[in-house]
Amino acid sequence: MIELIVADRCTDCGTCVEVCPANVLDAGQGGLPILARVEDCQTCFMCELYCRADAIYVAPDCDRRVTVDETEVMASGRLGQYRKHSGWDEWWDRFPNEQWLMETVFRRAGEAAAQAKVTSADVIRTK
Amino acid sequence: MVLSTLEELSLATDVLVVGGGMAGAWAATSAAEAGAKVVLVDKGYCGTSGVTAAAGPGHWWVPPDPPAARDAAVANRVTSGLGLGEADWMYRVLDQTWRTLPTLARHYKFGVDDEGRVNYRAVRGPEYMRALRQQVLSHGVTILDHSPVLELLARSDGSIGGVRGQRRQDGGRAYRIEAGAVVLAAGGTSFLSHLLGSRTNTGDGYLMAAEAGAEMSGMEFTAAYTIAPAHSTMTRSMAYSFATYYDADGRELDIPFGPDQTIRLARALQRGPVYCSLHRLPDDIKARMHTISPNVPLVFDRWGIDPYRDRFEVTLHNDGTIRGIGGVRVHDVDGRTSVPGLFVAGDNASREKVAGAISGGGNVNSAWALSSGVFAGRAAARLARSAKRSGGRLRPLGRVGREPRRVAKTVDLAALRDGVRAEMHPFEKSLFRTGQGLAVSARVLEEFWTELADHADTGTIASRETAALLATARWSVATAAARKESRGLHRREDFPSRDSGLAVRLLSGGLDQIWVAADGAPVDAKSGQLEAAS
Repeated sequence: MIELIVADRCTDCGTCVEVCPANVLDAGQGGLPILARVEDCQTCFMCELYCRADAIYVAPDCDRRVTVDETEVMASGRLGQYRKHSGWDEWWDRFPNEQWLMETVFRRAGEAAAQAKVTSADVIRTK
Repeated sequence: MVLSTLEELSLATDVLVVGGGMAGAWAATSAAEAGAKVVLVDKGYCGTSGVTAAAGPGHWWVPPDPPAARDAAVANRVTSGLGLGEADWMYRVLDQTWRTLPTLARHYKFGVDDEGRVNYRAVRGPEYMRALRQQVLSHGVTILDHSPVLELLARSDGSIGGVRGQRRQDGGRAYRIEAGAVVLAAGGTSFLSHLLGSRTNTGDGYLMAAEAGAEMSGMEFTAAYTIAPAHSTMTRSMAYSFATYYDADGRELDIPFGPDQTIRLARALQRGPVYCSLHRLPDDIKARMHTISPNVPLVFDRWGIDPYRDRFEVTLHNDGTIRGIGGVRVHDVDGRTSVPGLFVAGDNASREKVAGAISGGGNVNSAWALSSGVFAGRAAARLARSAKRSGGRLRPLGRVGREPRRVAKTVDLAALRDGVRAEMHPFEKSLFRTGQGLAVSARVLEEFWTELADHADTGTIASRETAALLATARWSVATAAARKESRGLHRREDFPSRDSGLAVRLLSGGLDQIWVAADGAPVDAKSGQLEAAS
């Protein structure tokens, strides 16, 4: 669930409030967005993806709140990682969208499974 | 919620689309292309809400040339659909998807494979939905984000002529939209499981359709489950095609990649925690994981897990009607329902005719969401153009969670929602069903329904969502009890084989009184012969 908005980085652009599909955030009074309904967070990481200031950290835990240390998160390099690897905004020319490989992976897995089946059948036969 | 003192927002349009996921966005686009004035309302934000947005859908995609390829794809699907699919619908969905998807190239940069070929089939969810929003806006469609619909509005002749809802980021301001036709593309429901992106998919479209008098079909096929690292929502399963599983003592479990994987995993999880390693994933894929599915590594990285070396605990999340099949019964491929003026698309519609009795997975479901959106948008535009607006009063159809039958009092909605989860998610209740267990679930859900129907009067988003969850769970359980056999996603421990007499789609519906009925004569005389011959 969303656990942290780094005040030093937030530009108060309002994008996270707007794009959160579960309406977790409220606009702050002239400052940081407020984590108003964290229990509704669906841990989809979309707020991170849309945050051009790389100010948001979503913990992967979906069924419990966790304590997040701001200094640690800042040092970890994880802020903005999703946007970067997705090739969004300034990262567009360095990280290509390779979603198309998904079907290759499934095909190879199917082939590997069929191969494994043949091999184990051979083992049974030779035993 | 405090009732807003703001004046009700009132709009009029030709076509109103409810839901801004894949199906809704394609419906809005095609209705606008057909010349209709279109308004799209989304509970969340069109572009991020819904199960496509955080995922990576592959579309069921077979080029028309050579024609034998489509014939083979359809024949395979008809066979695997176990008597509930229809070839004609499959051809139409395949063809529309193939024609339509490349038209998004103005807004979406399709991937180019290592051989330099453009791949249109597999797209990345966030970019896809962002592109669809841009496309919708470029067609002059009005989007109302964060504006859940609370109920449909009917004309005096019973046809659907609009909706009423609430703008949750505008002080809860009420809105009312009159429309020539309404397309429900509000998604399915995972019954509040942690399936990625499904939190707002509470089955609202099913409830509203039922209140208008529409039927459901295929609601017994809600037993789809997807793997995820325990305590996470990351139900993206690609990497698990190469997974190795272990029990708590570190013994390797026999769970090979294939059609039985979910069942074997569920049986193992019933015995105790299950751990997983992805070390068998080919090295070239490991190296590109972050550019194939960038959100998948986030979970491991943030927990300090190396999934290619460490073992991590896994779980299965229930997918309800999302990777399952059920939904509002459609009368034709244009998404017409039994209610005039009301169309359905995507997960809001039953997909049995294209998916059969098994899951539509990512690809058939995505092709269906796209093409059913296109068909329904066009058909709704045609109807809106030809329909004579009565101009009379519109009657609100919302009932449960809006107006108490008896004395109004505080209803613990959170407890009711947890109750739905407790009946719909456990394997022994939903995946390995028995007549006895289903009867118990039916009684429990009935009590919850009565509580809500008798006493809830607030008409809030939460009370309507809870009513939708309960209604959907009750249709699912009742239909599962009526199908005394095992077929595709529906498994009965007490009826483990297929009954050829039940090779028929099951309809369900009703609010206070749930009913289940066979949809005409068995459709599977032919595939029954196929099975006998093979």
